[in-house]
Amino acid sequence: MPTTRRQFLSLAGSITVIPIVTLRPLEATPAMLNTVIRNVVGEASIRTGKVKLDIPPLVENGNTVPMTVSVASPMTADDYVKSIHVFNEKNPQPNIGNFYLNPSSGRAQISTRIRLADTQKVVAIARLSDDSFWQVIADVVVTLAACTEEVN
Amino acid sequence: MAALINVPAKAKRGDIIEIRTLTSHIMETGFRRTMDGALVPRDIITSFTCRYNGAEIFRADLFPAIAANPYLSFFTVAKESGKFEFEWIGDNGYSSTASASITVE
Repeated sequence: MPTTRRQFLSLAGSITVIPIVTLRPLEATPAMLNTVIRNVVGEASIRTGKVKLDIPPLVENGNTVPMTVSVASPMTADDYVKSIHVFNEKNPQPNIGNFYLNPSSGRAQISTRIRLADTQKVVAIARLSDDSFWQVIADVVVTLAACTEEVN
Repeated sequence: MAALINVPAKAKRGDIIEIRTLTSHIMETGFRRTMDGALVPRDIITSFTCRYNGAEIFRADLFPAIAANPYLSFFTVAKESGKFEFEWIGDNGYSSTASASITVE
């Protein structure tokens, strides 16, 4: 029996499909970046300098971006770098890594490879033994993004 | 799990040496979806530790923004002959270790 227009409409009306799509924010916002930085730094002020961030300014593949952070520090028992924290602005999560050093590190320098989902700022913050914080900000242009592509 | 460790075999006492480590791990971010829209669960290494004759000399917290097969390089002062121990800990009970020895003259 062919479905009449009336039957079709009553059927359509009874099945109310409300698409509930909870979307996670696809990228960290500058506000999220500030929050995570404040989680590490607390109320302390962050000065610019001392920290050097070596990262390519133009990245073709955001899936693996070499990065080196170094801090100008004598690395003695009285004056050393306690930790280095790296953040990003627009990945789904603002953290990249926390690296903990001590006077026996000898040199305050770490390297790793990171993912970048978009053209964005990368922030490196160093905590010195006197609990002062120093930062550097680098701009990176990414042509092929990481993280959010489909899995095949 | 396979890991590549690069530590100088010999060093002079007081030298600052570079330690480079690479381990094989997918570092699945937990933000990717399959073709049919299902979220691929996160599977990453969250923590790396290096001990030099038992004392911790370097530690790192890793996040999904660290590339697959995490590479880490850092420095330490060669103080005495002995052993470096490396440990990676991650999601789903992942744990992996490696070691390297050094002769300090």
